[in-house]
Amino acid sequence: MSAGCHDTGGTDATLIAAPRIALVGAPNSGKTSVFNGLTGLRAKTGNYPGVTVSRFVGTSRTGSHRHVIEDLPGTYSLEPVSPDERITVDVLDGRQEGADRPDALLVVVDATTLRRSLGFVAQVLARGLPACVVVTFTDELARRQGRLDIDAFAQALGVPALPVVGHRGLGIGQLREQLTTWRTWPAPAVAPPTDPDEREAWAESILAFAGYRPPERHRVTQRVDAVLLHPVWGTAVFFAVMAVFFQTVFTVAAPLQDWVEALFAWLSGLVDAHVGNPWVSGLLADALIAGVGGVLVFVPQIVLLFLLLALLEGVGYLARAAFLMDRVMARFGLEGRAFVALLSSFACAIPGIMATRTLPSARDRLATMMAAPLMTCSARLPVYVLLIGLLVDPSAKLGPFGAQGLVMFGLYLLGAVSAMLAAWVFKKLGDRHGQAVPFFMEMPPYRLPAPRAVLVAMGSSARTFLRKCSTVIVATSVVLWLLLNLPLHSDAQLRAAGVDTTDSVAVSAYTVDHSYAADLGRLVAPVFDPLGFDWRINVGVLSAQAARETFVATLGQVAAAEDPEKPEQALRTMTYPDGPRAGEPVFTAPTIAALLVYFVYALQCMATVAVLRRETGTWRWPMTAFTYLTVLAWLMAYLARTATVLLGG
Amino acid sequence: MTASGGVHEEAGGRGPTVMDAAPRSLADLVPGARAAVARVATDAAPAVVRRLHDLGFTPGAVVEAVRRAPLRDPVLYRVKDYEVCLRRAQAACVHIVEVER
Repeated sequence: MSAGCHDTGGTDATLIAAPRIALVGAPNSGKTSVFNGLTGLRAKTGNYPGVTVSRFVGTSRTGSHRHVIEDLPGTYSLEPVSPDERITVDVLDGRQEGADRPDALLVVVDATTLRRSLGFVAQVLARGLPACVVVTFTDELARRQGRLDIDAFAQALGVPALPVVGHRGLGIGQLREQLTTWRTWPAPAVAPPTDPDEREAWAESILAFAGYRPPERHRVTQRVDAVLLHPVWGTAVFFAVMAVFFQTVFTVAAPLQDWVEALFAWLSGLVDAHVGNPWVSGLLADALIAGVGGVLVFVPQIVLLFLLLALLEGVGYLARAAFLMDRVMARFGLEGRAFVALLSSFACAIPGIMATRTLPSARDRLATMMAAPLMTCSARLPVYVLLIGLLVDPSAKLGPFGAQGLVMFGLYLLGAVSAMLAAWVFKKLGDRHGQAVPFFMEMPPYRLPAPRAVLVAMGSSARTFLRKCSTVIVATSVVLWLLLNLPLHSDAQLRAAGVDTTDSVAVSAYTVDHSYAADLGRLVAPVFDPLGFDWRINVGVLSAQAARETFVATLGQVAAAEDPEKPEQALRTMTYPDGPRAGEPVFTAPTIAALLVYFVYALQCMATVAVLRRETGTWRWPMTAFTYLTVLAWLMAYLARTATVLLGG
Repeated sequence: MTASGGVHEEAGGRGPTVMDAAPRSLADLVPGARAAVARVATDAAPAVVRRLHDLGFTPGAVVEAVRRAPLRDPVLYRVKDYEVCLRRAQAACVHIVEVER
């Protein structure tokens, strides 16, 4: 590693003058590992083609030298066919907004695919920026009986070249030293040819000079793929992997979630017992602690899901899954990689939408993004659990299966099928204009992912989710609590309304019934009346507009206000307070069915809207998604209610 | 067209034994079979032509069909020491001359 670490301070002059070095290379070239090695910054690494999807900038320090390192999106060519590749080319040409043209380039190439990669190196060197070639996976090349003389390779190219084994950190120190001399990097004596055929001959001559022997086939990959991509066994393993995937996410996480719930219940109890002022204790226990707890309860599940995705990705299985699913996805106008994006959406639509960046076709990306919010994300789960609990008797069975589980499965299925149909419609609409992008996908050899890389990938995804929750959900639950508890009523007002002021339950029930939230819920009643929702459900649905899981917290707050001892019971026995249905129970089968279906379709997640805006660069698509999903939600909920009524529910 | 004609001859003359002179494409290659790329169809979309070239399907390159997906599409090919899958529609753009194993 680099020596003089004592002088990391650096003066202001060196800070300002920090040279900008960009990393370019194909997807899977190990570019991200090199980036992580140089910068120590947390960034995602993996085997799935195109995993480097965001803009990553970090700093590398060597002695008093400081370099700004930018990890550009992976590309096979400087003739872009996808938005990601376009960004790389635009940065290299200094045309990308917000990103200065780099001072020098590190061209990352996988030693095992050099025969393909040199064409790309030629294209990059022709851009004329100072460049150094970083050769990765040299350990794998040697293991597979390949050979490359790096010094001869550098000599033939006419630019510096260094071997680096990114995930093990080998060669990173030398690369850092090399960076300090970027101003004196030699340029090729003769520029590489631009004609494709001449480029081919150029590449052959360089490899011959460097004594290159290509690697033997990767035996493990061959043997494993013979099973995992087998028409019968491969399909069986695929379904088994998916089953284990969801089993793990839902069963392994359950006890952990119970612990989180218990912890927060205990905290609330503590506040109740020790804070005298009912207002302060309410705000602390019911709004803040319940709000934070409502978010944290998902953390075990989300972290587990992201861990499994990062593992499958790191090993290389996601590329295989995309290969197996491509034909099925093609029926809906999409491609195999869209399957992976939709699979991630089972955790949360946000990583799903971000995963669409691996799709080279802009139209496929849009269609997948419009469909992703329909996949049953984990935020819907607590809502489903609560509502199914009210709808179906836990002991009811249909054959060997519990009826509750079947309803849950049906909702997941409804979401997935609707997502595929939505993708198909949006793809059809998009196909009317624009040019098709060819389908291609590299199948990397199976590689054991570095544990650190998996943890980093998992950590960054989980952080994104938590950031969304901690802000949006906690803020919503506090605002909601205030809306439900304001305005305040004096004892005189309460007595005038015939409320016994010594009965705290009666007082809080009256307060909620006459709160600002109630006004709001009654205001939108005409819209939701046909679905059978009363004002309390309306408040829940409105608050869930920010984030779905707040629905549970809202109903919890309402129910707790009406019966603090047994909120569950309060929900079951809740009746319409006024209007034509006054006195009838609220949570009847048709209403619950309508609510469930409403949650299947509605885009109730401000974070998703924000990500759609960021990913598409315009408000047009988030608005489109929001409108079509909300209208669809109302219509399907109405349909579900009508059907349930007809079935005699 | 003259350029690609020349390339065709070069690919044929470089060593591989030409078994079938009739134009065939990668889409016709059965798993396990190998062939040399003659040229990428010039009537295909420019983006397709360029990208196939960048992926290593250059004239003279030897390609092996490794395996088909369970539903027969896409197909995994081995070219220039790595594996990449293409759908039949794109594979059909790559004209080949078959080589002896």
